[in-house]
Amino acid sequence: MAGHVPMTYGETSVSRKTVKGGSPLIKWAAISAALGFLLLFLVLPLMAIFVQAFEKGLAAYAAAVSDKDALSAIKLTLIVAAISVPLNAFFGIAAAWAITKFHFRGKNLLMTIIDLPFAVSPVIAGLIFVLMFSSHGLFGDFLFRHDLKIIFALPGIVLATIFVTLPFTARELIPLMQSQGSAEEEASMTLGAGGFQTFWRITLPNIKWGLLYGIILCNARAIGEFGAVSVVSGHIRGMTNTMPLHIEILYNEYQFSAAFAVASLMSLLAIATLVIKSLLERAGKEQAGIKELKE
Amino acid sequence: MNKKGKGRAGRKGVLPGFGLSLGFTVFYLSVLVLLPLSTIFINTAGMGWEKFFKTIFDPRVVASYKLSFGSSLIAGGINTVFGILLAWVLVRYQFPGKKLIDGLVDLPFALPTAVAGIALTTLYVPDGWIGRFLGFKVAFTPLGVIIALTFIGLPFVVRMVQPVLQNLEPELEEASASLGAGRAQTFWRVIFPELLPAALGGFALAFARSLGEYGSVVFISGNMPMKTEITPLLIMTKLEQYDYAGATAIAAVMLVISFILLLVINLLQWWSNRRYLEN
Repeated sequence: MAGHVPMTYGETSVSRKTVKGGSPLIKWAAISAALGFLLLFLVLPLMAIFVQAFEKGLAAYAAAVSDKDALSAIKLTLIVAAISVPLNAFFGIAAAWAITKFHFRGKNLLMTIIDLPFAVSPVIAGLIFVLMFSSHGLFGDFLFRHDLKIIFALPGIVLATIFVTLPFTARELIPLMQSQGSAEEEASMTLGAGGFQTFWRITLPNIKWGLLYGIILCNARAIGEFGAVSVVSGHIRGMTNTMPLHIEILYNEYQFSAAFAVASLMSLLAIATLVIKSLLERAGKEQAGIKELKE
Repeated sequence: MNKKGKGRAGRKGVLPGFGLSLGFTVFYLSVLVLLPLSTIFINTAGMGWEKFFKTIFDPRVVASYKLSFGSSLIAGGINTVFGILLAWVLVRYQFPGKKLIDGLVDLPFALPTAVAGIALTTLYVPDGWIGRFLGFKVAFTPLGVIIALTFIGLPFVVRMVQPVLQNLEPELEEASASLGAGRAQTFWRVIFPELLPAALGGFALAFARSLGEYGSVVFISGNMPMKTEITPLLIMTKLEQYDYAGATAIAAVMLVISFILLLVINLLQWWSNRRYLEN
């Protein structure tokens, strides 16, 4: 599961007592060291992005983010996320349903395969689709004869993005649905509800916060993926450039404030992701807490 | 109701959809993960052993392994020490802004790697906010690679250790203290062994992520062959020169290492779960 640590559910809501008799000197030394580390590695980089973005003033910022190539990069990034995130969410639900509701052989192997994309370098994630679909690739001849383009075009970018973000929702839903068990679904079926009705009215409400949590993380990664997309995109400006690739080009052309202007948009999205994520965590815990109380 | 699903699920209970959901899962994984990954090994097998070994033991490639492994190990080490400290501070102490700090820890998961890369580079170039106070070069040296990998791997150890620390029985420490152990002794002999599997798991996750990391490193590393060129970048360079065989051979080496790491991570998780159950 390299790349992701699932959220923790239903931990006892009893807040633990602060440690007794700890010396305040040690406490504040530990807090300062920890916060100093975060300041150096997280806060300063985040601040630098916004300071650099507005270095040449508001007009330059507005020009950079409304530039024709920037807008087409934003559009492409959104299209890629809009295709790959729902597909992986659907896959996550199907995989979690099969793995948590039934017993079958090879379950551990299946879960390891789901984890694979997290362990593979993004560059390799791009390379494998080049090996399949480029002109020298496995299906190169076939694609050429039918005049189809996958690499250096939208389908390649989507495939690479699906690969790198594939485990997010499955990884989130499997432990959640495992902890919930299937008693409620079984009761619903016994009472005569259909399979789809049971899923829609029992399972989905139970997993909604975890599902959204997985989708949010999947989306953040899909929008920000750089290495894999860089291999398959071909960097055609205004055509196959996603936002991260557009940032790279601007940066390499020494248009630093324009690069940071686009980067600041992506950072705002990252901050929004973190906020939504902690709200979902709280909602998930509350739901688990209410369930525990009812039982 | 889906008749087929009902029949199959009869083995366990009344729930439908076994064939459908498992079938779709296996199909999706085969088409999007297994088949594409297998092309690496198919292509490698086609290139012949001699050429394969010549490519993967080329001095420039070996230098990139050393850099990637060395800097991932060091960054993972830094993150293990500070990850345990951060988890400790977040679980055990109350201080203003704690919730905000807790949320901020996940920033490296949410921030695009390219954005992190250019931000870190700007800080550490010789006239940058941090670079100007340092008497030595960081950006465009192996130190820069370590900085970028530390950023990328930061959340792993914290998020693995935090729940373990939260669920640790206070009685354990009280017993240790009442038996006459000092605070340092209690930490090293009672708490630390409990945290160790989770911390190692977090380290392994951060290490695996760092080995393959590309976006955040390429800006700050300077990408000089033999000096600051990481292995994923070398794959990229070979691809840009249309040396598909070379890129694939190096990718095969990295893939095998990733598989081994995945195995180690699973073993660590099994170990930490077993410890948890025993308690």
